[in-house]
Parts: sequence; C-alpha cells; structure tokens
Amino acid sequence: MPVETAPAKLVYKRPESLADVPNHYCPGCGHGIIHKLLAQCIDELGIRESTILVAPVGCSVLAYNYLRVDGCEAAHGRAPAVSTGIKRVHPDRIVISYQGDGDLLAIGTAETIHAANRGEKITVVFVNNAIYGMTGGQMAPTSLQAQKTKTSPYGRNPNEAGFPIRACELLNTLEAPVFIERCAVNSVKNVLRTKKALMKGLRNQVEGKGYSFIEVLSMCPTGWGVEPRDATAWIDSDMIPFFPLGNLRDR
Amino acid sequence: MSRGRPEINRERCKGCTLCVGACPEKIISMSKDQFNRQGVPFAVCFDESRCTACMSCAIICPDSAITVLRFAAASGE
Amino acid sequence: MEPVKEGTPILMKGNEAIGEAAIIAGCRHYFGYPITPQNELPAYMALRLPKVGGTFIQAESEVAAINMVFGASAAGARVMTSSSSPGISLKMEGISYLSGAELPAVVVNMMRGGPGLGNIAGAQGDYFQAVKGGGHGDYRCIVLAPSSVQELADLTIKAFDLADKYRMVVILLGDGFVGQMSEPIIMPAPSGQAYDKSGWTLTGAKGRDTHLIASMRLNPEDELMKLNLRLQAKYKEIAAREALWEERETADADFLLAGFGLSARICRSAVSALRKEGIKAGLFRPITLWPFPDAALVKAARGKKKVLVVEMNAGQMVEDVKLALGSSVGVDFLGTLGGITPRVDAIVERIGSYAR
Repeated sequence: MPVETAPAKLVYKRPESLADVPNHYCPGCGHGIIHKLLAQCIDELGIRESTILVAPVGCSVLAYNYLRVDGCEAAHGRAPAVSTGIKRVHPDRIVISYQGDGDLLAIGTAETIHAANRGEKITVVFVNNAIYGMTGGQMAPTSLQAQKTKTSPYGRNPNEAGFPIRACELLNTLEAPVFIERCAVNSVKNVLRTKKALMKGLRNQVEGKGYSFIEVLSMCPTGWGVEPRDATAWIDSDMIPFFPLGNLRDR
Repeated sequence: MSRGRPEINRERCKGCTLCVGACPEKIISMSKDQFNRQGVPFAVCFDESRCTACMSCAIICPDSAITVLRFAAASGE
Repeated sequence: MEPVKEGTPILMKGNEAIGEAAIIAGCRHYFGYPITPQNELPAYMALRLPKVGGTFIQAESEVAAINMVFGASAAGARVMTSSSSPGISLKMEGISYLSGAELPAVVVNMMRGGPGLGNIAGAQGDYFQAVKGGGHGDYRCIVLAPSSVQELADLTIKAFDLADKYRMVVILLGDGFVGQMSEPIIMPAPSGQAYDKSGWTLTGAKGRDTHLIASMRLNPEDELMKLNLRLQAKYKEIAAREALWEERETADADFLLAGFGLSARICRSAVSALRKEGIKAGLFRPITLWPFPDAALVKAARGKKKVLVVEMNAGQMVEDVKLALGSSVGVDFLGTLGGITPRVDAIVERIGSYAR
C-alpha cells in the first residue's frame, strides 16, 4: 500500500532525445539501454540539434528511429568512412558512429582502424555482443572460443576460425585516438559506468579533442539462446574475463 | 516508510525481467495470469512501501518503460 | 602548381583538368585511392584542396572512399571520387547506396584494360558497368564520355550540376588515355547553377524536424516500391531532357561510324580518310552514354547503308546501338581488346569492304 506523505518528484524518465516509441529490440537486448544512455548524454550536453547519428547494418540498423537526431544509413562496415565524410563537411557537429561486432570488426575492420588512425574527431560506440544478431545468430569476430553459434555449431574452434578480437586493445596500438574504454550494460553499476564513458566520448567531440572509442559488452539473449538475466550473468562469467572492462586511454 | 515508487508502463514492458534482477529490495516481479497487448507478462512492483527510489529498475530497463518518483524527504533528512 | 585563371588557355593533363574543373564547380571534398591511370587526379586534389579550404583524404581503399563520398554528400557538399576499372568495381555497392538514398556525387572512372587486374592501358571495357549498372538494384547513373581534355573539363562542371539537379551519381567515363593526354584548353567558368539542399541534408536538427538519409525502406511493405517508382520517374525525365551527342558530316553520309571517347576521336580521322577516298562517311558520337541519345541516332542513321560501331572492348555500346536502330539499318562492330587502340586504316578497310 503506497504511503505518500509529501509531494513526489520524477527522478527518472525517458530522456528527451529518445523517441517515445516502442523499439523492435528483443527483450533484454542491450541496444535499448545503450540508446537510452546516448540520449541522456545528448540531453545533458545539449547537443541534440547538432548531432548526426550514423547507423550500422545489424540489429541497430534502425537506431535513427529511436534517437531524435539527424540520421544516416551506412553500408555494412562503412560507418566510420561515412562519419568521416560528414565530419569533414561539418567539423563542428557531433558525429556518432554506432556499430556492432560484424560491422566494426569483420567487414569494417579497415574503416575502423583507419578512421581511428586518422584521428577523425568522431565518437565510435561499439556494441559487442559476441554474435551476429540480426541475421540469426552467426559467429562474430568477438565470439568466444568454444561458443556455439549458427556458423560455429560445434563451438568456435580457434584452429579453424581464429580467436576473438579485442577491439580496444587493437586500437590502443594507434597514436591518434584520445579515448578508449570498454564497459558493459549487464548490471546497474556497469550501466552507470558506461554512461560516464559515453559522456566522455561525446564531450571530447564537443571540445574538439579527437577520436573516442567506447566498446560496450551487451546482452543478446535471443542469439545466445538464454533468458535475459542469464545473458547478464554470461557477460560476467565469460565475456569480461576475455574482454576486461576499464579505460585504456584518456588523453 | 516508502521513499518513492516506480511507474511501469505495462504496454512498453517486454517482460525481459532485468528489473526484477536489478532491484536491490527484490520488490519487482512479473505479473501472474495477466498479459499486456503484446501477449507478455509485465513487471509489477508488488510492495511499493519498500521502494527506496534507487532507480535501479529504470536504469536497467532497455525499453524506458519505467519512471521513478521520489517522495520529498521528511523533515530533518 | 599555380591556380589557373579563367579564360586563359593552358596546356593541361586530362586528369589534372578534371581536378581544376571540379574546384571551379565548387567541389571542396575529394576522397580517393591510388590506381593507374588516374593517379594524377588525387595528387592534384591533394595539392589544390588545402589551398582552397577543402578536404583531401587518401582513403584506405576505394570502398572507404565511396562511403566517405556518401557521408559528405549526405552532409550537403559537392564531392568527388575517382578510380579506374578494378577500383570502380569496388565502389559498386556504394554507388547503389548513393542511388537509393538519392545522393549527388561525381565518380570518375579512367578505364583500363580488364577484366581482373588487366593492364594499365586505356580501354573502354566498363561501358556495361557504368550504363547498365554494376551495382545491385534498379538504378541508373548519368554517364558522360569525354573525348578530349577540353571536354573532360567542361563535362566535369556539368557533372556536378546534373548530380545536384537530379540527386544522383554522375559517372565521368574516360578511357585511360584522355586522362593522360595533355592538350591546350580553356578552363570553363562556373556554371552559376545553385541547388537548395536545405530540405534534406544532414546538418544537425536545429529548429527543424530530423532528416534521415537512407536507401532502406522496410515498412510499410510498399515503401520500397514507392521509392523505386520515384526513381524510375526521375530517370524517365532525364532520358527525355539530358541526352548529349555530337554529329560530324552525317547529313550526306552513306556510312555512319559510331563510337565514344577515344575510339570516336580515331573515327573522326577515319571519316576524313574515307572522304578523301570518295567514300561518304559520318560520325555519331554519344556524349551521354546514359541517357543514350537513341532518338538522335535513329535520325542520323536513317537512310544509311551501314553503321559501324568502333569500341575498345568486345562489344558493349554496339548493343545499345542495335537496340535503338532495330532492323532499320545494318550494324557492324569493330572492337579492340586488352587496351589496344583501333587503327584508322583498319576502320577505313572495314568501311571500304561494305562499299565494294
């Protein structure tokens, strides 16, 4: 039985920059959380009217329907190149390249490395859920050893398919990036840390500082074939030991 | 004494149960024998008197289906 | 490299003339990648663009370059990329995306011998790729085929205007030679055309609804059909209005030579040689390969005894010639392969064989 003895204050609600529409993501998918955090950051920095979002090919191909900013499609893997084109035309706008693991680390590996290497003043948000969600659950460059997927039905065998790739560490070999951090959205604590990292990555752009990269370990309950809460647990038990959380660079 | 309460939009809720796991007070559960128009059970706060307005449920919700109200503190707090 | 003053004749290499004309047209963003025989163009842009406050990027690949073009065009800029045959193959996905998203862009192809890695000689083997669509889906690009350095410069100015006017990709299709040739030209003046892009470009949603640039149309299920209907209507309008061609001595000719780019230039010499021998030949040279000037070709070929299409490929434009002319006049083909250029005497010999 609610007991209200004093006026109530709304302390958490949908951020203004997040469209008030249902999203198509699966129950428990991390994209919804990450979109919400981006929207909060955009609100708090007051940059909704100067932000341009480049969407990937993947589950979040419709990301531009959920964030109330100018939106741009990109061919699979090419978002960093598309973002480069936009940012070079409008250096004072905030360009976000939002990508999944196939987009960023398979087909888009060259674009990922070279936009980072050129130090393009963009913010790259890398959603790592160790699987290809949209196409039905195939192996991703970040799928773990022995992880079973549609195209590694016996478990990922490094002798055949190589090992998972650590994007943050890879980009950390380059001179130009100013911010590289890995976080996760599988717990409230991690979600709050992810928000801080996204804020830093966006604030760097507002201040004209350089290339920022935020990798976010995210749940894919449907692709992994588990309940959402089990998916959050798998991130702790299996993903984080291989993809350690934390900041690698903060200039 | 209740410090606040969540307001859960049952139609936006996809029944993912992340809020159930996130709530430190364990006062959220999924509806029983009730379904929203998507055909899924939805999250319900079954004991608002124990809500601390920590916002964990709203923070973890991927669908922004939860808003949180915090009651003004009693004098002295 | 000194900037070129308008109206002054100057000796210029084709590839560099494209660069200067692009800058005159207001292009301030170029993304490219080295490949022979167009390397002079990215090098020229690397020198000139910083001097005019523009952006030059040598991208990591031709794929990356066409996607940078997508972004810059979406942001509202006049933007260009260039490559040669194998690199243009890499750009095909990007060209399809640009077409579906209705983004203006200029793509320069300095064709080389193919297929595959081929060689670095000029060739004309990419007509099908440019005109029939090397990328997926129902789209068209306006294709311009220059045959001199002057025309390269003039058509570059036109390319940017057509791209902006119709919101599509315009391909400047040169056989590798025209990019390498140096000829005295007069740099064209800006056309003075301007297009208001504020209704759709990505600039940040300040004081307006958000804009979206995308080729994907998922819902409702007929959205993609509607986009395609609009594209087809646009292409129909262009076909009716934008065809360009050149005719030389066709009025009284018995035989018509048809070709584009360098092979047309060689045909011009063949026409002179034939006329000297008393054989009345003329030349029909499409300048827009799409839209193909079929109505003009039908008119020019009326009453002719034969049309000989001369190309540096295994027979590509000849198919469109046959499509346009039907059975109204016989069409023959003379092709050279692998970057070999047609010889005037071979063309004269072939026409001579009809006259006998």
